[in-house]
Amino acid sequence: MSKIVATAIEPEEGGEVTQKGNTVIRPFTMNFGPQHPAAHGVLRLILEMDGEIVERADPHIGLLHRGTEKLIEYKTYLQAVPYFDRMDYIAPMADEYSFVLAIEKLLGIQAPVRAQYIRVMFAELTRIMNHIFNITTMAIDLGAVTPSLWGFEEREIIWEFYERVSGARMHANYFRPGGVHQDLPDGLTDDIAAWIDRFPKFMSDIEGLLTDNRIIKQRTVDIGIVSREQALDWGFSGPMLRASGVPWDLRKSQPYDVYDKLDFDIPVGKTGDCFARYLLRLEEMRQSAKIIKQCLRDMPQGPVMIDDHKIAPPRRADMKNSMEALIHHFKLFTEGFHVPAGETYTATESPKGEFAVYLVADGTNKPYRCKVRSPCFVHLQGTDMMCKGYMLADSVAIIGSMDIVFGEIDR
Amino acid sequence: MEDLDRLESEVKRALGNALIDATIARGELCVHVYRERIVECLTTLRDDPALAMGQLMDVCGADYPGRPERFEVVYNLLSLRHNWRLRVKVGTDEKTPVPTVTGIYSSAGWFERECWDLFGVAFDGHPDLRRILTDYGFEGHPLRKDFPLTGFVEVRYDYEQKRVVYEPVKLMQDYRSFDFLSPWEGMTDVNLRKIQESLPKTEGKP
Repeated sequence: MSKIVATAIEPEEGGEVTQKGNTVIRPFTMNFGPQHPAAHGVLRLILEMDGEIVERADPHIGLLHRGTEKLIEYKTYLQAVPYFDRMDYIAPMADEYSFVLAIEKLLGIQAPVRAQYIRVMFAELTRIMNHIFNITTMAIDLGAVTPSLWGFEEREIIWEFYERVSGARMHANYFRPGGVHQDLPDGLTDDIAAWIDRFPKFMSDIEGLLTDNRIIKQRTVDIGIVSREQALDWGFSGPMLRASGVPWDLRKSQPYDVYDKLDFDIPVGKTGDCFARYLLRLEEMRQSAKIIKQCLRDMPQGPVMIDDHKIAPPRRADMKNSMEALIHHFKLFTEGFHVPAGETYTATESPKGEFAVYLVADGTNKPYRCKVRSPCFVHLQGTDMMCKGYMLADSVAIIGSMDIVFGEIDR
Repeated sequence: MEDLDRLESEVKRALGNALIDATIARGELCVHVYRERIVECLTTLRDDPALAMGQLMDVCGADYPGRPERFEVVYNLLSLRHNWRLRVKVGTDEKTPVPTVTGIYSSAGWFERECWDLFGVAFDGHPDLRRILTDYGFEGHPLRKDFPLTGFVEVRYDYEQKRVVYEPVKLMQDYRSFDFLSPWEGMTDVNLRKIQESLPKTEGKP
């Protein structure tokens, strides 16, 4: 870090103070955001600066607070699923996953194997999509525009997969309690396989642009170092934890769906700085591609939704002939299904870390309490710890490497 | 799951008489402890090598208006060493603060702020207990069950005053809360109606 000329003095009334040729700058407070391209949404940061050194960072959040947890208490379980697309809008399906698994846990049901493979495959597509976004937007913050132009092309391809499978590009509402909404359309697996085969080329392009880039290294190496102890103390999870050298991934340690049948590695960082987090995300994308290939290979044929019409809607064709199917459909989409009283804390490894839902059911058709544990919320809390003592420009790199999304933080 | 039984016996041993009860449901262990002793409990859970609950993953509130102590504060702990999760709960009401655990886990800071903001549960000794998610100058605690879904005020930009103004919420039609619950199924063990009747009416500010 460069040595600064400015030294702090106690704030006093009046303008600039000079002392024997050196300009002395008073510690001052700076407002960053909420409308700032490097704020990744609506982050407002109050920075107490000593010259160009950040002494204290106080993030003000809640500018995107929509009261989702309150709204979910007034919706049936099925109606609440789409809210999770709007939590982490960079990686929508990853957030549906936790909620759907929580409901399944309370209902005591398990999705068919094909549905589990589809969910895992889309969760990993989502992870790739999220990491592309994070890496490239961090690069924008550091002054590199090209990676985002290339990366967003790939993201667009994944959005198309989303659209083909669910009908909506972004707010998919595809994972449902008991499986997924509908089976993969014809030809989708071939297209995903073809895209996965092209993917290493994209990865090497991005790496060629960024990994050995002198400016990127200058801006990220040894910046925002989080030690192993700090990462644990601050409740970090996901890439933020692994970059600090903790080998912890819920997909391995507490596997859900078919993750225990798949072969993949968990990359772990050594240094815990912004560059380590960047490298880790790159490697995670490779591992995700590996998982997707295995899903495509191993995915069995069969149903994609459980065969219980108290929870899963009947097929449309059946409704034309069967009175019972019609009644089930009507009941399911007005009253919804009842979830037995109980509570669960169900966590999944979302691209950003541990995304968990603490769901309290009281036996009715609506959740009694649904707390969303968002990894970004926790990571953003560490801003002060991570930015302290670094330069103002470094805080941008640190925020970029944290991978924050405000839909999820403010909820 | 024998692993869970072992966790339960370890927790019972470590917490001793601070524990009120422990239940295992759906593969998750949940313990109730005395509110005054939460700091001591979490310190033990973190430092006891047989438990090593190194991470506080989540703190949240829940509102049960029917109970004498209407709020529950729920701490979700994770042990990376043993791959265990543990849920610790304390009860409280509007007036009684809960001792803060920010001294044990740094991650508790914002979670407790959030709990204060949304439920009005105060945390004693918290270094920075400000609102976090709601607007600057917001009144009330929105996740309480007696806080209406629509809230009390709405905002708009006033062209004449050239600023954002707050006004009492005006609804074109009442919020429609349909009662979809069939009277002949499901409502046997739930006294939701009773809870709703016991709630204060939502006219005026809380």
